[in-house]
Amino acid sequence: MPVSPPSPMRVAAPLPDRAGVGLKADHVEEILAGRPDLGFFEIHAENYMGDGGPAHRRLEAVRALYPLSLHGVGLSIGSPKPLDKEHLKRLVAVARRYEPGMFSEHLAWSSHNLGFLDDLLPLPYTAQTLATVCDHIDQTQEALGRRMLLENPSTYLLFAESTLSETDFIAEIGRRTGCGLLLDVNNVIVSATNHGFDPIAYLDAYPLRHVEEIHLAGYAEAQDDAGRPLLIDAHDSPVREGVWALYAETIRRIGPTPSLIEWDNDVPAWPVLFAEARRAEASMARVAVATQEKALSHAV
Amino acid sequence: MPFEATIDAFAQALSDPARPAPPQTRGRDGRPDARRFAVYRNNVAVGLIGAIEARYPIARRLVGDAFFRAMAGAFVAAEKPRSPVLIHYGENFPDFVAGFEPAREIAYLCDVARLENAWVEAYHAAEAPALALDALGEMAPEDFAALRFAPHPAARLLRFCHPAASIWAAHQGTDAPRPPEDWRAEEALVTRPEADVLVRVLPPGGWEFARALFAGATLGEAAELSAGEGFDPGSHVVGLIEAGAFLSPLKE
Repeated sequence: MPVSPPSPMRVAAPLPDRAGVGLKADHVEEILAGRPDLGFFEIHAENYMGDGGPAHRRLEAVRALYPLSLHGVGLSIGSPKPLDKEHLKRLVAVARRYEPGMFSEHLAWSSHNLGFLDDLLPLPYTAQTLATVCDHIDQTQEALGRRMLLENPSTYLLFAESTLSETDFIAEIGRRTGCGLLLDVNNVIVSATNHGFDPIAYLDAYPLRHVEEIHLAGYAEAQDDAGRPLLIDAHDSPVREGVWALYAETIRRIGPTPSLIEWDNDVPAWPVLFAEARRAEASMARVAVATQEKALSHAV
Repeated sequence: MPFEATIDAFAQALSDPARPAPPQTRGRDGRPDARRFAVYRNNVAVGLIGAIEARYPIARRLVGDAFFRAMAGAFVAAEKPRSPVLIHYGENFPDFVAGFEPAREIAYLCDVARLENAWVEAYHAAEAPALALDALGEMAPEDFAALRFAPHPAARLLRFCHPAASIWAAHQGTDAPRPPEDWRAEEALVTRPEADVLVRVLPPGGWEFARALFAGATLGEAAELSAGEGFDPGSHVVGLIEAGAFLSPLKE
C-alpha cells in the first residue's frame, strides 16, 4: 500500500471542539457547494476499504475542506478471538490515506467463527474479558501508531458472569491501555432505560476526563418480554430531548468537546442533519457562556 | 463461564431463530429475555439483508421487495460475510440466485444480478488511467497486429444466457420498463475509466475478442480467434478503447 505524503491541499487534521456529522454520499454535492460551517465529518472506516472509485473521490474532496474522524465498526475489539490482522492493516491504510484527527472503535464484538455479523454485540465484564479487550486495544494503538478512543455500547441485555460495572470496566481499560474515550450519550440513555439505572449516576462513575469525543443519535422504542420500554440504538431519527439534556450536562462537566450527530438510516435532507449539528454547537456555546459568567462572578 | 464459550453460545443463538436467548444472558428480571435477544438477531439480519438490497437494486425491482427480502434472507442465513468490509459482501449472491428454487422461472434474474455485481466491483476498483485512442495515432498500421493490451482494473467482461444488459438498462429509471426488442443472449463490458461506471452491450464476437486481449493475446492473435463473417477487429478494438477497457500506457 503506497503511503501518500501529507497533502498541503488539506486542512489540518485535529478535530475542533465543535459539532460534526456522519458523512453521507447523498449530501456531498451540497456540502462541497455550500461549505457549511461545521467542525468535522466522521466516516465508517469499512466503507472506504475499496481500492478507488467515487466514494474515495468524494471523501478526498471533503477531507480537503474539513478535519475527519475515522470510526471503525468492524474490528471486533470485544471478541475472545485474536484481532483480524488483515483488517487492522486495512484500517492503517485508510488512516494513512486520509490523515484523520481521531480514530475510534467500540466496546463490542462483531465477528466470530461464523463470519462478520454486522452488529455491535455485547460482552461480559470480567477480569478475563478485560485482559482480552486491553490486549486488543494495545495491538490496535500499536498498529495505528496513535491513541484510539473506545466507545461505550448500547446494550439490550447483561451477562450473568459479569463481575464489573460497565463504567469500572471502561475506566480500567483507560488506565491499562492509555486509550481515550468516546462517550455516546445516546447509548447511555438507551442502556440506562433498558437496564433501569440512572444516567447521571453513569456519568458520575464514568472517567469523563478521558472523553475526547461525544456521539449523539436518535433511538427507536420497543418493549421487552415483561412489556417494559426497550430502547434501540437505531440512528434513524432526530436526537431525543432526554439525550440533549444529558449532553448539556456532560458538556457542563467537561467543556466543549468534538460532538457528532449520527444519522445512518432513513438519512434526512442535508438541512435537517445540519440543524442537529447547529443545536449541538448552540448547546456548547451556552455552557461556555455560563462558565464565563460564573468565572466573572467569582472574580467580582 | 469462559469468555469464548459465552460468545460461542451467543453467536450460535443469533444464527438460529429457533434457539432461545442464551442462558448466560439477563434481562431486567434476572433471566434470559427473548425480546431483548431478538433485537440483536434482528440487527444482524436487517443489516446484512440491507447490504444485499443495496448491491442488487434492479434484481430487487424485477422480483419485488417482499420476494427479494425473502431470497436475500435465505442467502444471509446461509452465508455470513468473511470480512467486515461489506462492499465485498454478496459477490457470490448471483450463484445463490441461480440455485434458488422459487426464482427458477425468472431465468434471467441471475444474469442481471451478475451484471449488478460487476457494476459494484467496477465502482470500487482502483483508480488507473485508461488507454486513449490517440496512443495509437502515431503508430504505423502494420505494427497494430503485434500490439498487446492490459485490462483496466475496473473492466469486467460478462457473457449471459439472456438479454440481461438490456433488461438491466430498461429498469434504471422510474418509468415502466419495456421488454428488450431482441430477446438474445447478450455479452457486456463494464468499465469505469473515470468516476462513472459504464455498461456496454458487446457486438457479436466481441466477448471472445476482448477476453483474448485481456488474457494477453496480441491484437493479431485475438483477431484470428474471433475471425468470422463480417468480423472487423479494428472497429472492435476502437470500441473497447473508447469504453476505457484498457490500461494506459500500452504494454511493451
